[in-house]
Amino acid sequence: MILPGFGLAAQQKLYQAKILIVGIGALGCPALQYLVGAGVGEIGIIDGDTIQLHNLHRQTLFNTSEVGEKKVTVAAAKMQALNPETHITVYPFHINNHNALQILTGYDIVIDATDNFSAKYMLNDACALLNIPLIYGAVSVYEGQLTVFNYTKNNGKNIQYRDVFPVPPAADEIKSCEEAGVLGMLPGMIGTMQATEAVKLITELGSLLDGRLFTYHVLNAVVYEIELLKNKALTVIDRSTFEAMDYALHCATETAIPEISIPEFKKRQKENQLFVIDVREYHEEPAIHFADLQLPASQLASANYELPLHKDICVICQHGIRSVYAAAQLQQHTQQKVYSLKGGLTAYFNQ
Amino acid sequence: MEILFFGNLIDITRQPKELIEGVADTATLKQLLEKKYQPLQTAKYFIAVNGKMVQENTILNQGDTVALMPPFSGG
Repeated sequence: MILPGFGLAAQQKLYQAKILIVGIGALGCPALQYLVGAGVGEIGIIDGDTIQLHNLHRQTLFNTSEVGEKKVTVAAAKMQALNPETHITVYPFHINNHNALQILTGYDIVIDATDNFSAKYMLNDACALLNIPLIYGAVSVYEGQLTVFNYTKNNGKNIQYRDVFPVPPAADEIKSCEEAGVLGMLPGMIGTMQATEAVKLITELGSLLDGRLFTYHVLNAVVYEIELLKNKALTVIDRSTFEAMDYALHCATETAIPEISIPEFKKRQKENQLFVIDVREYHEEPAIHFADLQLPASQLASANYELPLHKDICVICQHGIRSVYAAAQLQQHTQQKVYSLKGGLTAYFNQ
Repeated sequence: MEILFFGNLIDITRQPKELIEGVADTATLKQLLEKKYQPLQTAKYFIAVNGKMVQENTILNQGDTVALMPPFSGG
């Protein structure tokens, strides 16, 4: 490349870089094409899906004669023809919390080109555990979002997805592209920008979208950018929690569980209006005196318990993440309203 | 004061922006909006004032722009 500031050294850095693209769909295809074109040395592509006719409007890397074939296999063959110097590793299956840590290890950058919340939360937690920068992209009808998470080098802000969105939305809260539709160019633009951020991160050129959420409305052609904040109450999910977590359920609570704020919780607690269930495991600190019941999340499905008939229930845990999932499960067994304590005990003791 | 809604929140509010005056802080604004648009009570979003995310209750002034930003998941 003959560009100011983009000399042999930058090109060499690209050749030495290892990038994993998770999801070879509307975001992943353009990201892949431009990264291969730019001369990145090693690219991993992971996706378990096959090429579908109704997706071609936004996955223009593929064509009609390839419908039914594995996306990653077709994409790898095309990319090998585009640039034989790039080594492509193909993972023809879906990523999950049982294979993610092994697959991600060794990559310098992960590009989140997935299309669902369970994958997004799982990838964030995996990248946080392994300390790998995560380039996040997502679209919603006519709007796109983009940022760089978990960037710690060069005084990076080290913002995580969970700093911004601690708890996943309920399954029925947000429609997918499949349900809501999307103009093909929009993920094309966001995916291309994810590749751009990856190149900037590797070559250390320009200013990264680290700590800044870039949003773009494609119909209005309006950019809105937000400076992000670290959430002090949030701690990284550790390896054992990560591996034990059921991300599909964590992100697919059937009913939207309302969160209750700390002041509201304290007020209602004082008036004795809430039945408090602590879903932390028995070994977790600090011990608290105000729970009516301790029901560890790991035993929720099998435990015998009685729920109150005349009081609302508030589920609490350390950070207000597990409690949302537990509350959704409990809600199925009671007519009473079930809340989750926002921010969990960490927030409770800090306010 | 201009309130901007993004992503699926527009499905709830039926409009991308709204002008509201005389609201003292973000907590009061949140209460007001959640009363007016009830599904906002359970929606996941964060609040930004003048392009900066806020986590704690923040004083609002005339002329401020407040954004309600949910996560997107399509790709």
